[in-house]
Amino acid sequence: MSGSEFVPLSLTPLLIGVFAAVACALPGNFLLLRRQALIGDAISHVVLPGIVVAFLLTGVIAAGPMMFGAAGAAVVAVVLIELIRRLGRIEPGAAMGVVFTTMFAGGVLLLEQTDTSSVHLDVEHALYGNLESLIWLDATGWASLVDPVALSYLPPELSRMALTLLGVLVFVTLFWRPLKISTFDEGFARTLGIRTNMLGLALVITAAIAAVAAFDAVGSIIVIAMFICPPAAARMMSNRLEGQVGWSVVFAVVSAVLGYVLAGYGPLWLGASDAVSAAGMIATVSGVLLAVAARFGPCRLRSGAPAGV
Amino acid sequence: MLFDALLLQLGYNATLVAIGATLLGVSAGITGTFLFLRKRALVSDAVSHATLPGVGIAFLVMVALGGDGRNLAGLLLGSAISAGIGLWCLNWLTRNTRLAEDAAIGAVLSVFFGFGIVILTVIQTLGVGRQAGLEGFLLGSTAGMLWNDALVIAGGGAAALLLIVLMRRPMTMVAFDPEYAAARGISVSRIDMAMMGLVMAVTVVGLKIVGLILIVALLIIPAVTARFWTERSDLVVLLAGVAGGVAAYVGAALSASAPNLPTGPIIVLVSFALFALSLLFAPNRGVLAAVLRHIRFQRQVHLRQGLLAVAQEQLIYEPLTLRLLRRHGLLRADGVPTEKGRARAAKALRDEHRWALVRSDQSHEAAAAMYDGLRDIETVLTADQIREIDNLIGGPKEVSA
Amino acid sequence: MTLELARDNGMPTATNGTAALEQSPFAIRGLTVSYGEKPAVFSVDMTVEAGKMTAIIGPNGAGKSTLLKAALGVVPPVSGRVQVFGKPLDTQRARIAYVPQRASVDWDFPTRVIDVVIMGLYRELGLLGRITGRHKAAARDCLERVGMADFADRQIGQLSGGQQQRVFLARALAQGADLYLLDEPFAGVDAATEKAIIAVLKQLRAEGKTVVVVHHDLATVTDYFDNVFLINTRKVAEGPVSEAFTADTLQAAYGGRLATAQVDQLGVAPVMGGVY
Repeated sequence: MSGSEFVPLSLTPLLIGVFAAVACALPGNFLLLRRQALIGDAISHVVLPGIVVAFLLTGVIAAGPMMFGAAGAAVVAVVLIELIRRLGRIEPGAAMGVVFTTMFAGGVLLLEQTDTSSVHLDVEHALYGNLESLIWLDATGWASLVDPVALSYLPPELSRMALTLLGVLVFVTLFWRPLKISTFDEGFARTLGIRTNMLGLALVITAAIAAVAAFDAVGSIIVIAMFICPPAAARMMSNRLEGQVGWSVVFAVVSAVLGYVLAGYGPLWLGASDAVSAAGMIATVSGVLLAVAARFGPCRLRSGAPAGV
Repeated sequence: MLFDALLLQLGYNATLVAIGATLLGVSAGITGTFLFLRKRALVSDAVSHATLPGVGIAFLVMVALGGDGRNLAGLLLGSAISAGIGLWCLNWLTRNTRLAEDAAIGAVLSVFFGFGIVILTVIQTLGVGRQAGLEGFLLGSTAGMLWNDALVIAGGGAAALLLIVLMRRPMTMVAFDPEYAAARGISVSRIDMAMMGLVMAVTVVGLKIVGLILIVALLIIPAVTARFWTERSDLVVLLAGVAGGVAAYVGAALSASAPNLPTGPIIVLVSFALFALSLLFAPNRGVLAAVLRHIRFQRQVHLRQGLLAVAQEQLIYEPLTLRLLRRHGLLRADGVPTEKGRARAAKALRDEHRWALVRSDQSHEAAAAMYDGLRDIETVLTADQIREIDNLIGGPKEVSA
Repeated sequence: MTLELARDNGMPTATNGTAALEQSPFAIRGLTVSYGEKPAVFSVDMTVEAGKMTAIIGPNGAGKSTLLKAALGVVPPVSGRVQVFGKPLDTQRARIAYVPQRASVDWDFPTRVIDVVIMGLYRELGLLGRITGRHKAAARDCLERVGMADFADRQIGQLSGGQQQRVFLARALAQGADLYLLDEPFAGVDAATEKAIIAVLKQLRAEGKTVVVVHHDLATVTDYFDNVFLINTRKVAEGPVSEAFTADTLQAAYGGRLATAQVDQLGVAPVMGGVY
């Protein structure tokens, strides 16, 4: 494929997909080890009410307020889950189920009650995003990468996602050590003076920010899939946290690239004329990778006794 | 209008949908209780999301066979098959790899859902049958439902409920005490499978009404709601069924009474309202009751510790302890105990001496087990027993009050 | 150190004299912890003697582990205060090493033995400090002391229960603390591990460190420890083994749960006041 076709049509969606996948997979590793894998699921469900409320309050569809609303909804959901879990003495899974379904239902209801026909805001878009539409029309080829005029027309989602990824990277690098210690042995971490509650909340908020930014660009399916599948597959590949996180990044990148390519060109190879959902295909590829790792990964079997035995 | 709806006066279809929804709500509430008690509530989330590829593939197959692809029974069959495959994947992952169940749930949920979306877009690009409203399965849609579809739903709900009634005994046993059930010769794995089968049935029947994203709410929320009101297992099951039924019926009626009130979300929100009321106001496990109890308890602890410190003429540092002693008129503002304070402190210390004796005496073992630092000794021993102990201690002369 | 017997003067209090508080490496005053509305630990005072090995003993569910966890802020107490070396706990974290119960963590966590020991160097390394050869050597040293040097590069899930316990001890050693608090380190470990652990603890004592152990095996108390702290929801007795670990105090702590015959075998002073 020539640069004049690839750069404007595929480079930016591909990069956004990769950034989103990695930004979600990184905190996903810790969530997985903390038995909080489904927090990603809950967060991605409550993003919808968040953006609907933001739209109702501001009356505009703009990235800023919507991301703010989504992040706010994520924090509200996390706090509610904790409250219900503690106050009602209910297992976390059930508490999560209560909160995210209710908030999602509230979002759908608000959406139905509001006249959003004039704006592009609907449930389908929230679910599977529209990665394919994030193209860079002003690019003419590889040369555009150094052309300031063309660069200024890059889709804003790209810089937003890149910034989010950077933020996630900084958080994980900076707090690597306390995250690792408190994930392995929370009681010990507390005696070291690590504020484990704050750290846990910070991790969830980081995950929420990654989810919200990624969701804005690629929809919530990718978000859930990338939180869980690459880290889960990576779990089967390494017995060290460093190795696991490294593998999860590899899997996230492969899922994003392969998923995007298969969604865009797969149908053409099969003789059909239109592309299929890139978000859905990326999630599917990550699932296939997980299946392969679960079947053949060198570290797929559990080695220690589970906690509490 | 709302009144009419609640009284099923809005036409055959709406009535049938309301009845179907109620049956579904009851079945889901009861089934969900078994899941909840097995601590596997969110398995239902994986099951429901895993239905999507099945719906799409069933549509494609029916179109390929020359049908119109929209036959509800056919679509539901497809969804059941793919939910079954999803469930199998989930069990395989938890059993054969080091992944915990929550990770396996998330993996199955997202991958199956993503694959389902891929198939939906395939259907879109094929240009057959305008997608046949398959997106309605995401969020449910009862508007413009056909008579036959409503019949399928009402029949499905009734069938699920019948299955529950037939299997309630072994399921209850497994949910509450799997080891005992196994000892009684019940195959736990088989009952677990049956339970999952019920979850699948409820999910499939509910797809058209509440949609696959929200069906989880019908399985989880009523069970959690019921748990607040009772500690008895059979009552939890029953109450969850009632809560689920009421939420579904009221929700379906509400949604039929006005435009732009989608059935699924309304049912979920009604269900949540019941949950919120229970969380706050349930008599024993409710938040309000717990907060009141905790405040009372904390005061008891501080008061008791304060009295003991007074009795032994020790300094008290804790501000709350001081405040409580003063408020009860046991301590003067300058920190000197009042007459009443001295008396109470002497009694507290004396009770501690009595307890110490009770706890070291084998013959009082049952009473000693009740000790927690707060319990009044009069509540576990008779006046005669206390007198006996006092004789051993040697009267109140030891107490320096 | 005076003997404090509950029946005489060790009544639960919210406060106590301040002199002992200032000197003790680990002093607890009026600590109450509850799960729900039943106190697991009620108004307990504890004053650990410096440079000695102290055992916390008591029947199952008597609040032994809870006392330690609440004193360290791992679980929140209802009331009470804790001083470490005469200062508030939070300013003295660097001087404390805590060894939690082995079963409190998921041993399937993706990490190696040496990495776990290096976790003990956290306060020295900080957030971003680079792990150098010196740190690794120090960690290997600690593993050497517990006899686990050959396992440094193993995945932790591959260890036996006793080996896991020794790794936890090595991590505590790496902290280079002055006060060591261990929660049931001898529970479910093999004889070799028990020997290795007690040797290390005695060595720590010889270096002038203070060691507190939640312990469940009454038969070894006299061999292993200098002081005991008996607890059953509240303090029963505290002091040197020879004085506080008697048939009398055991009876008070364990009640009918401890058969007279068992008491005999422990070789402690006979029951006073004639229970026979």
